[in-house]
Amino acid sequence: MRNIWTIWRKELKIYFVSPIAYHLLAFTAVVFGFFFTVATAIFVSRGMQSMRMGTMMPMDVNEWVIRPLLMNISVIGLFVTPMISMRLFAEEKFAGTIELLMTSPVRDLEVILGKWLGALTLYASLLGVSAINLALLFFYGQPDWKPILVGYLGLLLQGGCLLAIGAFISTMTRNQIVAALITFDLCLLLWVFDWVSAYEFAGWARVMSYISVLTHFEPFAKGVLDSKDVLFYVTFIFLGLFLTARSLESLRWRA
Amino acid sequence: MIKVEGLSKRYGRTLAVDNISFEVQKGQIVGFLGPNGAGKTTTMRILTCFLPPTAGTAQVAGYDVVNQPLEVKKRVGYLPENPPLYPEQDVEGYLTFVGKLKGLRSAELKARIDEACERCAIADVRKVIVGKLSKGYRQRVGLAQAIIHNPEVLVLDEPTSGLDPKQIIETRTLIKNLAGEHTIILSTHILPAVEQVCEQVIVIDKGKLVTIDSLANLTQRVQGAEAVVLEIEGRDDTLDAAQAQRRLELISGVSRVVLQEAARGCFIFEVLGQAGRSIRAEVGRAVLDAGWRLHQLRPAARNLEEVFLELTKGEKETGSGDDK
Repeated sequence: MRNIWTIWRKELKIYFVSPIAYHLLAFTAVVFGFFFTVATAIFVSRGMQSMRMGTMMPMDVNEWVIRPLLMNISVIGLFVTPMISMRLFAEEKFAGTIELLMTSPVRDLEVILGKWLGALTLYASLLGVSAINLALLFFYGQPDWKPILVGYLGLLLQGGCLLAIGAFISTMTRNQIVAALITFDLCLLLWVFDWVSAYEFAGWARVMSYISVLTHFEPFAKGVLDSKDVLFYVTFIFLGLFLTARSLESLRWRA
Repeated sequence: MIKVEGLSKRYGRTLAVDNISFEVQKGQIVGFLGPNGAGKTTTMRILTCFLPPTAGTAQVAGYDVVNQPLEVKKRVGYLPENPPLYPEQDVEGYLTFVGKLKGLRSAELKARIDEACERCAIADVRKVIVGKLSKGYRQRVGLAQAIIHNPEVLVLDEPTSGLDPKQIIETRTLIKNLAGEHTIILSTHILPAVEQVCEQVIVIDKGKLVTIDSLANLTQRVQGAEAVVLEIEGRDDTLDAAQAQRRLELISGVSRVVLQEAARGCFIFEVLGQAGRSIRAEVGRAVLDAGWRLHQLRPAARNLEEVFLELTKGEKETGSGDDK
């Protein structure tokens, strides 16, 4: 347990000493800030419009602003996870520091969990940046906070999932760029797989739709906390970390 | 302290380490000698539990590397060929991280960092970012990392590679000072490094154990006959090599003379004596008698390549006896 903590701290330190963390924070702030501005502007102009028409349609901030924004963050997540996870193991393999980790009295699992949690913490801090924007809404209206919380829980789970895959990919190469590319490919595929459900209802399409990370996020964005989606994400994380452990172990045999 | 039996390691089709057995006693410094690709690093990686062996067993400090890796890792300090450093951290932060990984906490950790810094002479760069250090300092930080938890066994892979001569001497002194409390295995392909530090030498080549011996025995075995390097110049540019060689061969006790270099009237010879005879004084006198200028006369340093030729020659001769 203490070893996980030690490795977690080192990972975070390296993220925040290098430009990676600052770049990602700035990137999220700018991109999400833009989405937020657009979403609120549309909301306001619609409000004006309906007022001019004299029809006071009920307008819900949660449904009109927050839900699409949560979906947007979920997509931003696809882009940032490879950038966060690429260095997890590839960098250690390239620099030879993997030898230090694997010859220290630490279990492989502790190394993996420490690293994954470090990556997840950086990801969570990106979510934190996006939450600053949403917090502004509370000054001007009364959005329901519970669906937002559920949405962020979903984002965290989705991030954990993709980061676990990223960690696994990162164990397979010494080249961070390659790790990032493959992780991005996988993230993108897992995102778009769901689109087949728009025209096809056969079994294979249902499977593809099921393994799509996005399908399981939508309920969270609506504020629905469904145990089957939580279970999907948790299983996915376990699978990713399990594969990482196997791959790390095989490094010893293949060297 | 270290016990290796029938150790083999196979990478795909290549056999990197082939059935090696040896033992190292507590407190010894052992040199692991071999050309590049001999299997030194692989053996060390097995001893430090980085790689599992394909066959055979290895015990470090009484624990098996396959079955009790955590216990072994607690008792081994390892400096890989490239020091495993994180360029983003400062030296103190790095040593704190490694110390914690090795299980040190709070006050003990602090004391150990102070001691390691002092021993490795890196106290003046404690606050410097590792990425900004010179190669020599990096190597020393790597060494500090290996001794941070005061391990019983130290495994050092090429600890002096890439250092300048002054740093090599400093590192050697440092390693010598570490002996006694720690059992040390260090690998190298440079013979002088072993000569100055190690008591026992393990020679491996192409994954096979060539010999285990004390250094004194080894040099004697290799250097049965005295060899000197001689550089001379004729007084008035009239000296030719063949003539000088003939004259040198006539000296009593000399068995063979080999011309190594000739440039601008200067000649460098290697003069080999007959077994058991000291020839340096005789050679010196002969040079003076002949009226040549003497530029240098020194014992020929045997480098590792020669040691290898010498050590592996014996094996080949016995192994391929029926070819003749």
